[in-house]
Amino acid sequence: MNNTKNTNYLTLLDSITKLKSGEISSTQLVEDCFSQIERFDPELKAFIYLQKATALKEAELADKKIKNQGVGAFSTQPLLGIPYACKDNFSTLGVQTTASSSILKNYIPPFESTVTKKLKDAGAIMLGKTNMDAFAHGSSTENSDFFPTKNPWDKTRVPGGSSGGSAVAVASNMCIFAIGSETAGSIRGPAVWCGVTGLKPTYGRVSRYGVVAMASSTDSPGLITKSVMDSAQVLSLIAGKDEFDATTSPEKPSDYFSQILDFNIKGMKIGIPKSYFTLELEDGVRLSVEGAIKKLEDLGATIVEIDLLDPKYSIGVYTILQRSEVSSNLARLDGIRYGGPRTQFGFEAKKRMMLGAYVLSAGYYDQYYAKAQKVRTLILEDFNNAYKKVDVILGPTMPGIAPELGAADASPLFGELADILQEPSSIAGLCAVTVPCGFSQGLPVGFQLIGNYFDENKVLGISYVYQQHTDFHTKFPTMGEK
Amino acid sequence: MTDLEKLLGEYRLVLGLEIHLHLKTKTKMFCYCDAKIYDSAPNSHTCPVCLGLPGALPIPNFEAVRKTQLLGLALGCSLNEHTRFDRKHYSYPDLPKGYQISQYQQPFCESGFIELSSGQKADIERIHLEEDTAKSMHKVDKTLIDFNKSGMPLVEIVTKPTFKTIDDAVEFSKRIQDAIRILGIADGDMEKGQMRLEANISLRTTEMEREGKIPTYKVEIKNINSFKFMEKAVKAEIIRQRGLLENGSQPIQENRGYDEDKNLTISQRGKEDAHDYRYFPEPDIPPMVFDEDYFEQLREELPELPSKIKTRLVSEYSLSVKNADFLTKGQGLELLNRFEELCSNNLEPEKVANLLINKQEYRELSSQDFIKKMQETNSKSIDSADLDEIIKSVVQENSGVVSQYKLGKISVIEFLVGQVMKKSKGTADALVVRDLLIGRLK
Repeated sequence: MNNTKNTNYLTLLDSITKLKSGEISSTQLVEDCFSQIERFDPELKAFIYLQKATALKEAELADKKIKNQGVGAFSTQPLLGIPYACKDNFSTLGVQTTASSSILKNYIPPFESTVTKKLKDAGAIMLGKTNMDAFAHGSSTENSDFFPTKNPWDKTRVPGGSSGGSAVAVASNMCIFAIGSETAGSIRGPAVWCGVTGLKPTYGRVSRYGVVAMASSTDSPGLITKSVMDSAQVLSLIAGKDEFDATTSPEKPSDYFSQILDFNIKGMKIGIPKSYFTLELEDGVRLSVEGAIKKLEDLGATIVEIDLLDPKYSIGVYTILQRSEVSSNLARLDGIRYGGPRTQFGFEAKKRMMLGAYVLSAGYYDQYYAKAQKVRTLILEDFNNAYKKVDVILGPTMPGIAPELGAADASPLFGELADILQEPSSIAGLCAVTVPCGFSQGLPVGFQLIGNYFDENKVLGISYVYQQHTDFHTKFPTMGEK
Repeated sequence: MTDLEKLLGEYRLVLGLEIHLHLKTKTKMFCYCDAKIYDSAPNSHTCPVCLGLPGALPIPNFEAVRKTQLLGLALGCSLNEHTRFDRKHYSYPDLPKGYQISQYQQPFCESGFIELSSGQKADIERIHLEEDTAKSMHKVDKTLIDFNKSGMPLVEIVTKPTFKTIDDAVEFSKRIQDAIRILGIADGDMEKGQMRLEANISLRTTEMEREGKIPTYKVEIKNINSFKFMEKAVKAEIIRQRGLLENGSQPIQENRGYDEDKNLTISQRGKEDAHDYRYFPEPDIPPMVFDEDYFEQLREELPELPSKIKTRLVSEYSLSVKNADFLTKGQGLELLNRFEELCSNNLEPEKVANLLINKQEYRELSSQDFIKKMQETNSKSIDSADLDEIIKSVVQENSGVVSQYKLGKISVIEFLVGQVMKKSKGTADALVVRDLLIGRLK
């Protein structure tokens, strides 16, 4: 590593600046990303599909546009020429979309998801599709029907999941940014274990159209990036009402990027839920997160201790609701239309479908599903009350650091326990950002800011100020390099 | 004793209907596909949503919602302020998502009724909105699926077990057809599959009927595509159930299909496959909330309905109940506008109605020609005293035919009408003559 560092190490903002100034070209960006991929991905296995020729062709076109139109080209296409990685559950027209499942191995969608369409319209270039837990069922990316993805900080460890491939692609600089989706922890989890920034927008802020559904009532497409600024930049482009998703909010998205540029952290009230810290937290996690709280206080935020329901209640609620929706959403893969028979479903998918069908059955619905919905309402009210007192809520993103590959097999509710600190806010549909705030045993640790509905400005603003005064987000794994 | 009473013997019929209607909308129920699917090439009206592709999401069509609510108002239902869609799960090749988006706990409309000419009040339990399935075409070695119909807006009207006779059920269905046509929300063409019926049938004893008890079972006959078919199917099912009950066994609750050739109903699904649809609220569509202002707007939009029009025709035009009834039912509805338009020319309403109803050739005339022709006929038309004389003489001259008529050979009346028309040299109105003759021969 020296100052002739390849362009794939750039953040999104730096890439755009350098493309505009002509210092670098889109072709160079794409080529550098691919040489990184070719060098490290055979081992890390972040991608399940790559489209080098297409990406290079698009880069060539982008470079032509920049040459012809100059900086003006970016006013209509703010991401012109920027290579990104796409989680494989976003439908991409003419490009395989498997959700890392065998049953969809040969499925090529005849339509484009709203998010990838918006990115395409903004000029971004898709490098390929990234690995995930099949149908997003999991928190380690080991549940991919194809192969596990490895953590670039330690290849014997999991990257987290389900958007593990996207997080690894960003952390190992195989792309400039990546998109993922979160049902409960699937962006924040892998982002924190890979030491990068993750944004889970408010439910309904970003369209789900074309995203292979996991749990429809909590699925939130979002971002994994190298900085908070990068997330803010892309969020402005993908957020908003979509005529193809009835659950998107009519609330107009802000220009998050310019909003956070002059964000004033002074006077911001940050709530620290006691119940999130009385959990068994890994020592290094506790220390780093406490350090981050101190830092934010030094920067002018007011720290307020608050009461929130014990997150353990969310595990039960989330498990029942998510399994119910999974059993329903996967019914369309009926073994008739998509090539493979239903026996190709992996163990985890089968288990979830059976559990979901069970809790929705006549005689059990009231006992499980209806009851879970009632508790969900209580959790919503709990947050609602909290936001009367504070602007955002802060907690560790994960109770521990990335475990070794195979750890998930030992615990049937591995994901639910790992994601315990993310499930309450997911069930409530709130927005959240996770940012790196230190290391424990050489592995990245992060904290999350959970914001009220459509308060992306606040969580992005505060975490942006944090990143302005810390450098954890600029650290990347060496992956054996000197 | 009617045919039905003979069939029922000691038992009484308990009949409920489920009526499915394709709504007339620009686009399908949950996607932007053109809903003009009839006579189009298979799979030409499809998109990721109605094909149920992974990641596709439903967008509710509020034109269909509004039309369903209008129908509810027209049928005296109360409209729910809080309503939502639910998923109904079952596995079938023509159901691409593995579930149908329907309404379970909070339908748009509940508890309405229609008053039938028998004096019975037919109770409606609910009206909800759902999506139609695709269409399977079974070939010798394969099944083809046409997804054009997939996702078409489908209204379902569910009655209580309210009908005691098949005639009442048929009349109810026809009144529904009239209502949807007046509202302009659907065509209800049964041949095109735009209206389909399902009948729930059970039998009870006269004692149960007195006590208002409903049997603990019901047999559902699906895919009824004509009123004739319904009558035959229900009759066949009555015979079967009565046989079982008389042998001391209770019919099981199940779905049965009617085989027209054998004139029998055949079990379609055993008890062991009894469905658990695992309903739960559709998470892809937010719950809907409507307020009283909106309902008030709908009420104002509601066109005049047949029963109201009928009353108005009688009071406003002094029209005979018989003609008013004709003009507000079935095909007669098509003449209604024409009738009112002609009456605005200061013509005698009863005569206009008679001409429109009875004389095909008048229907095609322009208003001007209609009036001209009517006046010409009027000037030629016979004085009622003269007509009385002619009738009197024809009755006297044809005593043999008259006695045949009185013995029950009703058809000979046409001969007598012919004789009167001949004597009046065509200046009399055959229908009036017929009525007068029948009156005289009573």
